[in-house]
Amino acid sequence: MTSASRNLLVYAVLLPLTLLLLLLQIGTGEYAISIGDTFATLFGYGTGEYDFVIRTLRVPRALIGWMAGASLAVSGTLLQGITRNPLASPGVVGLNAGAGLAAVVVIVWLDVSRDWLPAFAFAGALIVAALSYALAWRKGVSTIRMVLIGIGIAFVCDAVISIALLDGNIRKVNQATIWMVGSLYERSWEHFWPLLPWVVVFLPLAWLSARTLDVLGLGDVTSTGLGNRIHRSRTWLLFIAVALAGSTVATVGTIGFVGLMAPHLARRIVGTRHRTLIPIAAMLGGIIVLAADFAGRTLMAPTEIPCGLLTAILGGPYMVYLLLRDPK
Amino acid sequence: MNKQVWLSVAGLLALAALFLAELSTGSLLISFTTVWSSLWGDRATDDHWVVATIRLPRACIAMAVGAGMAVAGACLQSLTRNSLASPELLGVNQGAAMAIVIAMFAMPGSALWLYNLSAFAGGCLAASFIFALGTAGRRALNPMRFILAGTAISMFIHSLTQGVLVLNERTVDEMRFWLAGSVTGRGMEPLLQTLPVIVSGLICTLLLGKRMNVLQMGDEVAAGLGNNIRASKAMLFFVSALLASACVTLAGPIAFIGLAAPHLVRSFAGSDYRWIVLHSIWFGAVLLLAADIAGKLIRHPGEVPVGIMTILFGAPFFIYAARKKEEPA
Repeated sequence: MTSASRNLLVYAVLLPLTLLLLLLQIGTGEYAISIGDTFATLFGYGTGEYDFVIRTLRVPRALIGWMAGASLAVSGTLLQGITRNPLASPGVVGLNAGAGLAAVVVIVWLDVSRDWLPAFAFAGALIVAALSYALAWRKGVSTIRMVLIGIGIAFVCDAVISIALLDGNIRKVNQATIWMVGSLYERSWEHFWPLLPWVVVFLPLAWLSARTLDVLGLGDVTSTGLGNRIHRSRTWLLFIAVALAGSTVATVGTIGFVGLMAPHLARRIVGTRHRTLIPIAAMLGGIIVLAADFAGRTLMAPTEIPCGLLTAILGGPYMVYLLLRDPK
Repeated sequence: MNKQVWLSVAGLLALAALFLAELSTGSLLISFTTVWSSLWGDRATDDHWVVATIRLPRACIAMAVGAGMAVAGACLQSLTRNSLASPELLGVNQGAAMAIVIAMFAMPGSALWLYNLSAFAGGCLAASFIFALGTAGRRALNPMRFILAGTAISMFIHSLTQGVLVLNERTVDEMRFWLAGSVTGRGMEPLLQTLPVIVSGLICTLLLGKRMNVLQMGDEVAAGLGNNIRASKAMLFFVSALLASACVTLAGPIAFIGLAAPHLVRSFAGSDYRWIVLHSIWFGAVLLLAADIAGKLIRHPGEVPVGIMTILFGAPFFIYAARKKEEPA
């Protein structure tokens, strides 16, 4: 099978799967709606009975879930490409925690409009990224060291978040706690619109840098020989990765390990060329988050398990598997 | 020899000073003279009562837990010959915590020893899982990957615990405080029940000092010196799990004391484990008392659980230690 027809096959599986999950997300829940009514309401010729549930509650939640998964997955793909380390991902490197810290500080201590949350989270993630890169640097960035340092930084951020939560007034703290867990619960259009520009701008930008990523994968020496200014392109890619992870965390909290698993699975399916890897990883990321959210809503209904918890339960063992597979 | 004695004296003096400071701080700041007279049985004012009935148990729990965690860390560091090993990074703490959470839901209101026992079982289970992973693969994991695998398992168990809590909302609030790591509001009762476990664990470890030293020379040399390495390792494993799980039952999964205390001690006491263990007792208690005092002052008159403070101070230390460690190519 040529790689082109294989890629076509992969899309032919993943696209319907995504659509199916989106539909499940919209049609099921505490208030079940038949397939016919779901379609009718979505396309605007329904009876109006379900307009509120579907249009106001479920559609934004489904879309946000997909965008979050895709952004995290692409962010992870970029990080893994930059560091040439299959263990790098926004959660492991501490980006999520940095973004989370910035967002909690904004929610609890500053009085700022929601629309600015992604920007603040981006700044927080950027600071953490710079810090973990600088701290991991010792005659080159060692991969495992970078991950351990990222975990350390995440610990510190989490501790400060806990203190901020103890300190804030109770209404704001509740808001922050729901948000922190990494859940799509109560996500609606007011969360959707601030996130949208980040996804629309940075996902395509990531895809456009695919060639640079491929060249970086050849190693520093070869890459420089091919005329690549590695430091500049690395910084630019890191910037995109941080923007995607930061804005996502600002919207849905920390949904861990998606950025670790999705790119890795995608690489196993379509290989290492970033031109195809990035879109496939994005789709897989969207699928993982939607599936986790669906499972979280249905497994123990009516209790809702936050989807961030489910991805973490999947992700821990996955990381151990990655470590064992390649025990250098 | 002389240096070690001086270090012990310094450790004890620091411990005494912080003990008094711990008794005098809190939402109500109490003068040292009141604290002092209260220690000798004076019950003249409310302040005296506060010191004797609320703060004294808290200080004792903090010291016991600090010492226990530090020594558990020292055991694991000698067992794995890895200076980054510690109960929180190898999943022992989270395993014990999860077992307690499950036990509390399955058998609410049981006697403390039952929780102690489940914590021990959970800690052992988590740790043996990681040790099995670390040695089972095609080749053994290198030290840094071993720690990373441990952290991954730790986070995994933590998520499972959160899941159990989500499903049983009844006592979540009560649990959340304990899960953050806290030495408040326990009274003398649980301490007196757990203290024998911790003390016997400490004594065992002190007796194991020589074996720990031999282990540092590598498995071949240790075997050549006529040591039964498997027995040494098994003993260290169980003692560290016992200490860590007893501490978790008392105060929740308090992190980074087990990493930082032996690490710090080694930097000024040298590599003889008989002394490292002894000094870890003082300095573990000192570190936890210091963290608790800081937690009481940082947003005075409010209070931050000590588990959060140890992370705040300990995680940068972890970063420093990870940065210093060479990764074998």
